[in-house]
Amino acid sequence: MTQYLLSVYMIDGQEPPSEEEITKMYADVDVVNEELKQTGAWVFAGGLHPATLATVVRENAGEVLLTDGPFVETKEQLGGFWVIEAADLDAALTWARKATVACQAPVEVRPFQDVPEQ
Amino acid sequence: MSVAAATIEQVFREESGQAIATLVRLFGDIDVAEEAVQEAFLIASERWPQAGVPPNPPGWIVTTAKNRAIDRFRREASRHDRQVQALDLTAVDPDEEEGAMPTDPMRDDRLGLIFMCCHPALAQSAQVALTLRLLGGLQTPEIARAFLVPEATMAQRLVRAKKKISAANIPYRIPRDEELTDRLRPVLAVVYLVYNEGHTVSGGEQLVRDDLCREAVRLARLLAELMPDEPEVKGLLALLLLSEARRPARTTADGSLVLMPDQDRSLWDQELIAEGHELVRSCLRRNQPGPYQLQAAINAVHTDAESAEETDWAQIIALYDQLLAWTPTPVVALNRAVAIAQLDGPRAGLAAMDGLQLDEYYAYHAARADLLARIGSAEEAREAYEAAIRLTDNDAEQRHLRGRRDGLGASD
Repeated sequence: MTQYLLSVYMIDGQEPPSEEEITKMYADVDVVNEELKQTGAWVFAGGLHPATLATVVRENAGEVLLTDGPFVETKEQLGGFWVIEAADLDAALTWARKATVACQAPVEVRPFQDVPEQ
Repeated sequence: MSVAAATIEQVFREESGQAIATLVRLFGDIDVAEEAVQEAFLIASERWPQAGVPPNPPGWIVTTAKNRAIDRFRREASRHDRQVQALDLTAVDPDEEEGAMPTDPMRDDRLGLIFMCCHPALAQSAQVALTLRLLGGLQTPEIARAFLVPEATMAQRLVRAKKKISAANIPYRIPRDEELTDRLRPVLAVVYLVYNEGHTVSGGEQLVRDDLCREAVRLARLLAELMPDEPEVKGLLALLLLSEARRPARTTADGSLVLMPDQDRSLWDQELIAEGHELVRSCLRRNQPGPYQLQAAINAVHTDAESAEETDWAQIIALYDQLLAWTPTPVVALNRAVAIAQLDGPRAGLAAMDGLQLDEYYAYHAARADLLARIGSAEEAREAYEAAIRLTDNDAEQRHLRGRRDGLGASD
């Protein structure tokens, strides 16, 4: 089994979806989540507030600095994510297909590194 | 080269793919498989010249490679002991074992490896490199030369692709029936691309290019053998065989290009043509057309004619109409227009070319130039030839186009 991060990308400046579309999106995502839980693929998931509300913390020459806003100023920002467990990439991609349809946004699939054996 | 050394080289090219595939299936790791198979061939090169070539060389290689891989896992047993136990493999002496090779094509381990190499999560350039290296038994420098990239770039591409397969856990498996059509598409595209790369006439490295064509035909034959029920697989094999049949007539001794109407048809390989035609007929009987079958059918009509004039152009246009429905690209439309020019004359062909979005495609300008020359518009033809020459960096194509341009009559 491999764990995968499914990141949902939101594109800034796009026309915000209507109330109705948002309701449908939440409902569709709920269906995917329920299926993930029932099949045992679910590890964790969550939606994020916009990147404009982010704070970046970084260490520089022994001093920790804070900056207001996202780390990378791009149009495409992480909007939410799933962590799932799947037998292989094909199984993970099957979940990603469901995820992108439910969220109506591109989904990036990345494998987690194996946890080093003790 | 001794008999044994020649045999080893031949066995490597023909059988290393099978051996690597079996090891990937057993051990789930490409690097382990490659290393073990390389070691097995190294041992063969020491053993065979003295002890003689074993009765079943590929079986001997697989067994020896398997033993090497098990040895390696044993050495690293603390990490992999469960895997070794799970495999429950006991090393056997390759000289004692009868070495049964799989005979059922669907059990052939190479099929799973092909779908792994051509997984849609890998970029096409990576799919091509992996397929040639793992299934074709080509070495990294050979692949790099064939695709005109530095060796280091190709090596890096292969390392990255293998790393992605392992980290992202791209599975070794044969797709289920309902996903086969989708998964087959990149596999066929890779084989077709390898052929075209070899087919592109180029001044240097002719040997590398011949090798690529042969390798693509070999891969297409393998696919047709492994998936006898897929009409598009047959279609691809037929297409490659019918192109390959004409290859001896495509260039002159000095490497210049000869277009199909001017080719010496006695140089065409009739055996390959017969085989290609039989494949096309068997595809037609199944009546599940697709782009490769249609292109093969077009080639079958071409190779059926004694000369360009005797070609059944109406049939070719009808096939291009069908092909356009599958792949509505301007390049297909251009080829259709060339056929229309043959049937209804150059003006009809030029009209069919009007409005195609192919300003950056040399073959579009070359085809227009030929038709413009035929209706006596020498000045426009010259401009079109010039545009075509600018847009190709292939020596043989350029030489051919300059020849055509210089053969134009005085400007009108």
